This record gives sequence, C-alpha cells and structure tokens, in this order.
Amino acid sequence: MISKMKKYQYEEHTAEAKFTAFGKTLEEAFINSALATENIIIKTDSIKPKIKKQISIEAKHLKGLLYDFLQELLVLFDSELFALNKIDNLHIQQKDNEYHLKCVLYGDNASSYETVSGVKAVTYNEMDIKEVDSVWNITVVLDV
Amino acid sequence: MEEKQEIQLKKISDVEWEIPKQGKMNVPVRVFASEKLLKLIKKDRSLEQGMNVASLPNIQRFSYMMPDAHQGYGMSVGGVAAFPVDNGIISPGMCGFDVNCGVRLLATQLNKEIVEPKIEQLLEELYNNVPSGVGKKGHIKLSKEELNKILKNGANWAVKNNYAFEEDLETTESNGCLEQADPNMISSKAKDRGKNQIGTLGAGNHFLEVQYVDEIYNPETAEAMGIKNKGQICVMIHCGSRGLGHQVCSDYLRKFEDAFPEIAKALPDRDLIYAPADTNMAKEYFGAMCASANFAWTNRQVIAHGVRKAFKTVFNIRPKEITQVYDVAHNIIKLEEYDGKKMYIHRKGATRAFGPNNPEITEKYRKFGQPILIPGSMGTASFVLIGTKTSAEKSFASTAHGAGRVMSRHAANQQFRGEQVKQDLEKNHIHIKAASWKGISEEAPGVYKDIDEVVKVSHDAGIGNLVVRLRPLGVVKG
Repeated sequence: MISKMKKYQYEEHTAEAKFTAFGKTLEEAFINSALATENIIIKTDSIKPKIKKQISIEAKHLKGLLYDFLQELLVLFDSELFALNKIDNLHIQQKDNEYHLKCVLYGDNASSYETVSGVKAVTYNEMDIKEVDSVWNITVVLDV
Repeated sequence: MEEKQEIQLKKISDVEWEIPKQGKMNVPVRVFASEKLLKLIKKDRSLEQGMNVASLPNIQRFSYMMPDAHQGYGMSVGGVAAFPVDNGIISPGMCGFDVNCGVRLLATQLNKEIVEPKIEQLLEELYNNVPSGVGKKGHIKLSKEELNKILKNGANWAVKNNYAFEEDLETTESNGCLEQADPNMISSKAKDRGKNQIGTLGAGNHFLEVQYVDEIYNPETAEAMGIKNKGQICVMIHCGSRGLGHQVCSDYLRKFEDAFPEIAKALPDRDLIYAPADTNMAKEYFGAMCASANFAWTNRQVIAHGVRKAFKTVFNIRPKEITQVYDVAHNIIKLEEYDGKKMYIHRKGATRAFGPNNPEITEKYRKFGQPILIPGSMGTASFVLIGTKTSAEKSFASTAHGAGRVMSRHAANQQFRGEQVKQDLEKNHIHIKAASWKGISEEAPGVYKDIDEVVKVSHDAGIGNLVVRLRPLGVVKG
C-alpha cells in the first residue's frame, strides 16, 4: 500500500493554491512538497534532469526550513529559469537550535518547456507538518 | 474541515457591519458590504482574519474590510489597518506579497468603431510589446546599477530613459516614486528575481485590457480625466512588482520572525508577523517596501510605453495622443496622517480614496478627489471611482480594489475549460490573447464576485463614488 502512496494532492482554497504532500519520512515529504510547488509552475514530469544544483538551507525552526526551501525554488525559477524535475539526497539535520537541509536538485532551463502558471510566494497560512500513522503530512498554501 | 463558529455581526447601515470587540481584539472589525456580499464574505475565513488583525497592538479605530474582501494569508485581501509611527507596528504580510500590485488606466482619442474591427491585430501587437506569462523575460536588460536606479527613483527612471512623459508621473499615485526607498535593503535574491522582469505582465490575475467607455456617471470629473464620450477606447494595465516584490515580502517575513521570536509565538497567524515601528528592522523593511513599489510603478510605466507603441503600429497615432488617467497601488503601506498622528496605513487589496483638496493629490484632480481604479474580472466591467470627503473618516481613505474571488483556481480549472471560456467571451464580442489556456479558465468571470455590487457598496458607503464604467473589447493575459 505504502509504495502506492500519493506524492501530494491539491486542495480547495478560495484565492490561493493549497496542497498536502506525503512521505514515509520527513525528507520524502519535503521532496514531495517541492514537487507540488514546482508542478503549479511547470509540469515537473516533463522536465529533463539536465542541470544539477546543490542547495543548503538553514533555519531556526522546521516550518521556517520548509518555507525557505520552497521559496528557493521560486528564486531559482525567476532568476535562472531553473525548472525542477527531481530531488536526490535530501537530508535534514537538527543541530543545537538550528535545522539544516541539504539536497541535490535536477532540472532544466524552463525556456524550452511550456509553463502552467505562476507562484508568487510561500506562506505560513495553514502550514502544517505532522506525522500521522507513520506518514508525514505537509500542508502549504502558496500565494499564486 | 473543522467546524466554524458563526461570527455575529452588528448592522450599522445597509452597507456597514461591525464585529464588536471581543476576546483579544483591541478594536472592532468594520466591514463594508451589502447583505449579498456579506454572505459571500462569510463563506471563507476572512472575518476571522479581520478579527486577528484587530488583535494587533495599537491598531487604530477599526480593522477594516472592504466590499471585495476574501480570505488571504494572515490578513484578508481587501483589508485595511492603521498603526501609528510612534508605538505602532509594520507588517509585510499586511501589505501583501505583490508589493504595489496596482492598476493603470490610459485613455485614447479613438472610439470603439475604429478599434473593434482591428482588435485581433491590436491584441497581437500588445502581446508582442508586453511580455506576459510565467518565466517571460522583459525587453529591457538591466545592469545592477540601472536596477538600483529604478528602485531608488521609481518612474522618474522611465522619463529619463524615454519610456514616459512627465505628465504620466503627475497622474501616478505618489508621482511613481516613494522617497523613503532604500535599494540596499533589498536582497540580491530579490534583485535577481526582478532583474529580467521590468516591463512584463506576469501571470495569474494580471492582465492588459482594451476597454471602451460604457457609462459616464459623473461627466465633469470624467472630463478632467480625459474621458469625454461613450465608446471612447481606454487601456487598463493590472500588475505589480513581480518576483522582486514577492521576494522582499518573503525575506522580511522570515527576518522579522527570527528577530522577534516572542512576537511570532504570540500571533494567531504567523503571516501577521510584524516589527515594532521604532526598530531598525521596521525601517529597513519600509525602505525595501518603498523600493519595491518604485519597481512596480516603473514596470507599469514600461508596459504603458509598450501599449503606446502597439497603438502606433496599428492605428498610426502618436504616443502623446494616449494620455494617462491615473495609476493606483492596491497592495501598499503608506505614511499618512489621521487624527493628528502619522500612521503606517496598510492597504492589502484596497485602493486609497483621498477626498477633494488633499494636498497629496495631483493638482489636476485636487478639487475632485483621488481617482480610484477598480478592475472587474475578465469579461466584466471595470470602474473608475473618485475619493470622497467622508472616506478619511470612514475607512482611512480606502475602498475596494476589485471583484474578489469566490472560487479557487483549482475548482475553476475543474469547472471551466479555457477554450470554452474563450468561445463564450467571443460570443459577447470580447477577444482574448493568453499565454496559456489555464490562465483563461482560472480567471473565468464566474470565479469572481459581482463587481457591480462591489462598486455600488463603495458608492453607497461614501468611500468612493462612481465616475465611469468601462467594458472590455480585448484582453491580454499571462
């Protein structure tokens, strides 16, 4: 059953875009959150993994880490037209009072693909990160 | 979905409602709405968000909600809140992520009979001159230095670089430049996001619309605006500060949260994070917000230049023959004075509505009041209103900014097909040129509140009076 687990689903929100992403681990749920975000901008499945990027993010709490992680995708899209296909080797570590995230992004220049719609920003509105019956659930509302 | 507790409202008049002070609220919530609009406002969490804003420290008078209010993040869209510079606060989330998202209206001397037969060609030309859609670069390549000049000098940059006439600045809110702007307070990430986007429309609800004058309610005021007869062609531009402004809001939201953890912890909603107005952090954010607003005004100015070029190509008219009615901000924090105090007026999805004789209004309009531009949804009417004598007292001189969504984009995509929406619009003689089908279905007319009802409430409540109604002939969408 778990192997067939949905990566994410979009939910109702009057003005903005909302999703819940799932994962057997917190890391997997973070990856699926990134895909759910990027997929609003461009169909992630269609992107070729031509460009590789390493990113690392630090934050004082987990929600802040998620916020900055997803926001980084928006920055990469607008500033470099980097479109995401997949994420490997995502690690989250908690040290002292800091959270650290490291991962490798694979994607391509968006100009050779059709875009879908824009995402302006990540918000904290209704943001939720929780483990339910051994499945991590991440809910995020994006300003679109 | 958790059970929502019914929020009780007290009726003040047919178009004003109040949620009395309760719980942690420091002031009541004041809602401008008809019974019909109130029913829609009650459907989502906007009233609860209005109450959350009312609980913020030193909020003045009321937490206001405009007739087009709908659920946002932190503060509802269509929210207005004022905090004194002394002992007050400033909040990026209550400005909105798209800093100075706003509207510009241009008036041509052409009429509908001349433009309608060539509308397809005109839309094509507008589409070529004004890049729209996700990830589309602008025609201007900016160096770091040039970008900083835009951030500092706003639309003045456009005059220097031949994208604007001096007269355009006179008819732009704050003359297209907030002097407190500090480009150094904007992160390199934000600058990277915005550097290729000057002169671009973006996506979502942003648009460029060719409209005709359909009704003139107040001929004297309309004439001062250059709007003389029914059928006259106007062009409306709706967009903001693009990725740059969005990033500035996000950057400071996170900075404030880290700098003031005890404030963050006590908030009902983290998107309401604020800084005490007397801190350096508050001043840094205000400098960055003003610079983002300057970017947005320059953006709309460069787009206006593209519009003038398109009309020149299709109709062979000189750029100067297209005059600017006005340009207003819908998402902004302004330093204004009320009740003898300097205040940070947060308007998120709301339009400033200064009444007659306000010294901040350009001379041309001073005796009438500040023009207010309220776009409808795709295919419906848009309106020009004028600020009123009573608006300062009633709503910190603020009114509605648009129709306000009633349906999510996701639900809209399920319910409407872009091709069908396009066909339906064409049956009503409205042509559309869009970067994607999804852009059309998400913004289908059915996903918005009734704009006619929104402006009627503004008029009846005395916070913005009707001047002109415009109807679309053609739309360019991202």
